[in-house]
Amino acid sequence: MNSVSRRQVLGASVGVLAAAGLGLSVSPALAANDSGDLIKAFTGGKQPTEGKVKLDLPEIAENGNTVPMTVSVESPMTEQSYVSEVLVVGDGNPRGGMATFRFTPLSGAAETNTRIRLATTQTVTAVAKMNDGSLYMTAKQVKVTIGGCGG
Amino acid sequence: MFSRREFLQVAAATAAVMPHASVRAFAQQRLTQDDLFRFDALGNVTLLHFADLHGQLNPVYFRESSQNLGAGDARGALPHITGKDFLARFDIAAGSQAAYALTSEDFAALAKTYGRIGGLDRLATAVKAVRAERGGKVLLLDGGDTWQGSFTANHTRGEAVLDCVKLLKPDAMTGHWEFTYGEARFNELTERLGYPFLALNVRDTEWQEPVFPPYKMFEAGGVKVAVLGEAFAYTPVANPRWMIPKWTFGIREEDVRANVEKARREGAALIVLLSHNGFDSDRKLATRVAGINVILTAHTHDALPEVVKVGKTLLIASGSNGKFLSRLDLDVRDGALKDFRYKLIPLFPDAIAPDAAMRAAIDMVRAPFAAELAREVGRTESLLYRRGSFNGTFDDLICSALIEERDAEIALSPGFRWGTTVLPGSPITVEDIHDATAITYPNVYRLPMSGARLKEIHEDVADNLFNPDPYYQQGGDMVRCGGLGYKIDIGQPAGSRISGMTHLKSGKPIDAAKDYTVAGWASVNEGTEGPPVWELVEKYIARKKVVTVEPGAAVKVVGG
Amino acid sequence: MAAAVKPRIKLDRKEVKAGDIVEVKALVQHVMENGQRKDPQGNTIPRKILNKFTCTVAGKQVFEADFEPAISANPYIQFKFKATVSGPVVLTWTDDDGSTIVGEETITVS
Repeated sequence: MNSVSRRQVLGASVGVLAAAGLGLSVSPALAANDSGDLIKAFTGGKQPTEGKVKLDLPEIAENGNTVPMTVSVESPMTEQSYVSEVLVVGDGNPRGGMATFRFTPLSGAAETNTRIRLATTQTVTAVAKMNDGSLYMTAKQVKVTIGGCGG
Repeated sequence: MFSRREFLQVAAATAAVMPHASVRAFAQQRLTQDDLFRFDALGNVTLLHFADLHGQLNPVYFRESSQNLGAGDARGALPHITGKDFLARFDIAAGSQAAYALTSEDFAALAKTYGRIGGLDRLATAVKAVRAERGGKVLLLDGGDTWQGSFTANHTRGEAVLDCVKLLKPDAMTGHWEFTYGEARFNELTERLGYPFLALNVRDTEWQEPVFPPYKMFEAGGVKVAVLGEAFAYTPVANPRWMIPKWTFGIREEDVRANVEKARREGAALIVLLSHNGFDSDRKLATRVAGINVILTAHTHDALPEVVKVGKTLLIASGSNGKFLSRLDLDVRDGALKDFRYKLIPLFPDAIAPDAAMRAAIDMVRAPFAAELAREVGRTESLLYRRGSFNGTFDDLICSALIEERDAEIALSPGFRWGTTVLPGSPITVEDIHDATAITYPNVYRLPMSGARLKEIHEDVADNLFNPDPYYQQGGDMVRCGGLGYKIDIGQPAGSRISGMTHLKSGKPIDAAKDYTVAGWASVNEGTEGPPVWELVEKYIARKKVVTVEPGAAVKVVGG
Repeated sequence: MAAAVKPRIKLDRKEVKAGDIVEVKALVQHVMENGQRKDPQGNTIPRKILNKFTCTVAGKQVFEADFEPAISANPYIQFKFKATVSGPVVLTWTDDDGSTIVGEETITVS
């Protein structure tokens, strides 16, 4: 009765259904997701502090193929103190990596928005590295659902 | 009102549930228009709110739910209280008009006593009375799900309802099912509104820029009032996204916060959120976004006779299907809300004089369909209703129709919260059938589905209802099923709530590996093929002539 | 082939004062083939994505992103920069095949 594996089963089948519409099929088995390893490599094994980073993602995805995501980090963004890099990973796709964003003091604000693919319900994690090497993180679960039946 | 024969039927029907004397007493204590509208006015602003009309222009029977399960912190809390518990919570006498309007208790009997409820012509009279009394202090706000849910609405693609509601001169609206007429039609209708469609949480999918005005500033009773709108956050998930491909929704708490702050900076002394996100979602929002004075809730169809206070925010739940009008008087002084008074006004047509202009407008938009609307398809011996966490009897009827008319083993039917009620011993008309089925994507599919897939669908929908975090809920009721039984423990995590799925006809457990023939409607996928659901339901009822549906026991709620 | 694609770029303003923050939005057409899908014959469709995005203003890098296959088709990117001097705002996307897509706007700092 492991809920994670059930969610993966569900999500995978949603993926198959979506792909079926394109006349394509999805690789049957999800390879081991490497999001944990990616975070470890990014942080050098150091534990990031919760906070400062904000992930703006919908609670429920409208379309797993294109989910709008805003990542922002609190920082003065000056030569003395700025966000240098942000790693974003997801634990429910075939591979964990999503994007890495690099900022400079000229970025003015550590804030970016892109659109990501979510094969299944999963937790997206963002880890920010400051110019002094300190690390911050946040995570958010996004549900990928079959849809319908509401209202 | 009643013929002698009808009155005897009433007496016979009610005798079973209460002493004969009390029936007479209630009959004598009928509320008058003055009773219904009586209100000890307060302060300088009056908000009038209705929501979830679902295209019901005439008075209806609408049975509130007898089971309304809340998840997480909402379990057992308002608005998840029904029946006798609801009556006790609000000190309402059993068998009274209020009990009839607000609960499912003794519904069939009380419906025969008290008759239909609602009607836009009665709503118009109520709105006019309050405007006459309060003048420029009044704002009338439409919470949405207004243009959909009836034969007349569907056949005019929303226009008939819009034409009537416009006569009320609302100050603003938001919505949800309005979007299911598709982007082009939606734009056509909103352009003709004459008042703004507010939705701070809708952005275009290309550049992620706002599509609708987030709020509008009003002056009411000398007070600057900002009305913010939130359309239903999961419209493209719960309904077909392909109909509105350029728009993306969401709860967007950050945008609510930003707009509240902006409106305050612009001088708003009162912040009102006209929301279509559902009660539990709004309650969570109220704990997380400061500065909202009032949230006018909708979507979950709750009717509460009192204000629910969350911190400093007042939550109002105005019911559905035109049954009620909410009046909230507010005393706003020195830029702050000092006091409030509230009444949920039940619109009993017997007591309230119809507004002549609205009556004429309703008759005019219905006239082209009058014969068809009134056409009798069959009769029911049972009370047919939908509202409730699991299958209602109208859902069971639809599921039986899908199974028999499409030769399926299992039927799936959406857990919509709209759909009117038909009393036992009544004809079932074309209008009744469409009140339960009138959508723009009505095709009934017939597909093989594995047992595993059936389990996945039920788990998926269950999590959209019973996720303990309201922001992850979609606010409908559970998907209805025919030919299938199961146990559900809503307190379990996603994927583990459903057990013991059984194919009812054979009595055998659902086999994960076996394919079952499933018929269902309201698929959100583009290009779904099959006859419209109302056609199958009509054929089925016509063939049976008289239907009897006992409240089903196919779903068993287990666990804490 | 990729070079023929013309990105669509929006700057929230182009005439600014020194120190102002400018918001950039950009959209580019690309399939972002994730390397996980199979064609109807069962052959894996090879990965082909835009794997890097950079933005320079007057020759200095202000923002960079590495994209993985989890980035949606027709990638969208939105970010900000602090305007210091007038000059070209150059956006460059790099394909797995080494080709680039380049778009350019200009800001004037007064």
